[in-house]
Amino acid sequence: MSDATLRVFRGVGTVGGQTVDYTVPVAPGMVVLDALHYIQGHLAPDLAVRWNCKAGKCGSCSAEVNGRPRLTCKTRMDDLPKDQPITVMPMKSFPRIKDLVTDVSWNYQVNKKIPAFHPHQNTDWKISQIDVDRVQEFRKCIECFLCQDVCHVIREHDAKAKFGGPRFFVRVAGLELHPLDAGNRVGLLKEELGIGLCNITKCCTEVCPEEIHITDNAIIPLKERVVDQFYDPLTMLFRKIRGQ
Amino acid sequence: MAGSPTLLPESRLGSTLRRDAWWVELVPVIILLGGFGLYATLRAFENKYFEWGPYLSPFYSPLIDPQHHWWKFSPALLILAGPLGFRATCYYYRKAYYRAFFLDPPACAVGESSKRNYRGETAFPFILQNVHRYFFYLALVFLGFLWYDVVLAYDFGGHFGVGFGTLVMSVNIVMLTLYTFSCHSLRHLAGGKLDCFSCASFGKSRFAVWRGVSFLNDRHMLLAWTSLITVGLTDFYIRLVASGAIHDLRLM
Repeated sequence: MSDATLRVFRGVGTVGGQTVDYTVPVAPGMVVLDALHYIQGHLAPDLAVRWNCKAGKCGSCSAEVNGRPRLTCKTRMDDLPKDQPITVMPMKSFPRIKDLVTDVSWNYQVNKKIPAFHPHQNTDWKISQIDVDRVQEFRKCIECFLCQDVCHVIREHDAKAKFGGPRFFVRVAGLELHPLDAGNRVGLLKEELGIGLCNITKCCTEVCPEEIHITDNAIIPLKERVVDQFYDPLTMLFRKIRGQ
Repeated sequence: MAGSPTLLPESRLGSTLRRDAWWVELVPVIILLGGFGLYATLRAFENKYFEWGPYLSPFYSPLIDPQHHWWKFSPALLILAGPLGFRATCYYYRKAYYRAFFLDPPACAVGESSKRNYRGETAFPFILQNVHRYFFYLALVFLGFLWYDVVLAYDFGGHFGVGFGTLVMSVNIVMLTLYTFSCHSLRHLAGGKLDCFSCASFGKSRFAVWRGVSFLNDRHMLLAWTSLITVGLTDFYIRLVASGAIHDLRLM
């Protein structure tokens, strides 16, 4: 059993704080969250870490390990180089509460803006498998908010007031592409969720632990629907002729 | 256990706690895309060595007014906006050049210069990315001309023949076709815009087409690069043959 040094951010509130080095024995199969639990159990009982399932399904233990947004419960210690301390930092895009715990409540505010599933009148609740398959992918989201954390529109430009972020483009895609949904959220996407601010650099897709093709299967199809409704004169004319 | 100063990096260009060489990803994009842009510009203005025997360079196809009756500049300048616009507004290339040339962001979780007013694709000039589908329509027209050129490349003075240039042009048109048909806008038009395949007219056929385009779309990045390389090499080969630097190898 070898040792590893974890350099963990410690601090209360949004201002200040420092990193503290902890030496942790590394056991086979250990993940970063295990190492944080070791620190809590043996070295710093007041270390704040949000976690729940430890199985990559609850989306609670998001942090930045060696500068990369990741679930700490799915990041194996033996995949990380031990020649330098392993840095474990809170998600940069959200206000810090304590240590590795951040305030992600902004996401829930964005979520409230999205109209819920609204079925067609007299819906026949049978759905063909070919229609289910496409929207099923979006249901895999565990709301870890790593995509929100890494998205440069939020992270670097702090555009939270006018941008929804990839997580909510996935949610809207799950509704807009749903075969039984009658709602139209395309205007919301353009105006309130600011999908035009996304310049499709695919970082959200790179960090998604559920491997959802966020950019190709959610954001770009939604951008194309925004084009249909607001930028494509031929489609707009065709829609007008058909009285839609 | 030891304390050390705050390590949260401030947002400035290149700031990150990432340990890997994140900038390595940018190098091939800068070299290939920048190099291609430079080469294509020089070739477009060169106005010579663009045809030999049955071969016509893709940079000059369709060939308009080569005798300069009404257009005194290079004929390539009349047509290059079409393919250039298709690639410039392509969803894959957007990612590549936003990262490599605009550093917006340079890589995931790497700082950028955030002082300016970021508007993404909501304002001029990048709002024009929304016309990508129109460049796709234009690209289909260009594909038609390029396929015609390839058919002519098998015609050596009225007889069927195959030169090395014929093969080069054939590979190029296949790659260009695959790249064009892997387009995200086509994926949308083919069926992505439907909420319900099973309820739409010709729904099953559209689903089959959408699934086929999706298969190609999964490889859009690969096809974007390979087609960029083949189109550049095709022009370069024809230039070499037309300028007399090498002789075309006649295979049949």
